[in-house]
Amino acid sequence: MAAPPALSSAYGRPKPIGGMDLWSWYFMRVSGLALLLLALGHLVIMHLINSVDVIDYDFVARRYVGWFWRGYDLLLLVLAMIHGLNGMRVIVDDYLHQPAQRRVAAWLLHGLGTILIVLGVVAVVTFRPPVTPVGVGQ
Amino acid sequence: MRYRGGVGQWSWMFHRLTGVGVLIFLCLHIIDTFLIVLGPEHYNTVIGWYRYPLFRISEVGLFACVLYHALNGLRIILFEAWTSLVRWHRQMFYVQMALFAALMLPVTYLMLRPVFSR
Repeated sequence: MAAPPALSSAYGRPKPIGGMDLWSWYFMRVSGLALLLLALGHLVIMHLINSVDVIDYDFVARRYVGWFWRGYDLLLLVLAMIHGLNGMRVIVDDYLHQPAQRRVAAWLLHGLGTILIVLGVVAVVTFRPPVTPVGVGQ
Repeated sequence: MRYRGGVGQWSWMFHRLTGVGVLIFLCLHIIDTFLIVLGPEHYNTVIGWYRYPLFRISEVGLFACVLYHALNGLRIILFEAWTSLVRWHRQMFYVQMALFAALMLPVTYLMLRPVFSR
């Protein structure tokens, strides 16, 4: 294995030369910048502007009247899950070296990731409050 | 792995720890949000748990993990865009941590205020 560049400990993973690793490297940076706004925005809206004291079924029903916040949540869900699972894959590759172990780990990450993304998308897309509430809240 | 000591090692290790921590919470959060499809009783019961003081403190921890991961990731992207900045990597990390602390102080106050004011 080639020695990593001397400065790699001061900043990010060395940029891969090509192939899927390069795509993964770019994805982490582009999705990371998007998530910086989406995830921190979500935390500010839910925990600073609102709080867990006001979040309940009716809160979500008011918030999900239109498609804007559903779209926001879908983008956050999918980008965060793929960003997180891809990060886990990089970590797993650092610690697991036997091909069989890596295969099992990849299976687990893909399986768990697929199930959870599907659950999340189903919840955001299919949620229909029984009665359309009055007023649109955050 | 790439343990070379110093600021670089710590920032790198915390980037991984906070990333894994946020991912674990995200998985649980998808499951609790899915309960909305099953109706108000289930959703409100589980979401109500987030109001317990222990959970509120954990939510501050979650905020801190996301904020650290975001700022550290931004610093990595800045280094890659302007490689000459690496000369100042230690100073930039201290600026990052000062910014982190400056933001976490009001965030912690706002998020924990309800725990102490009842």
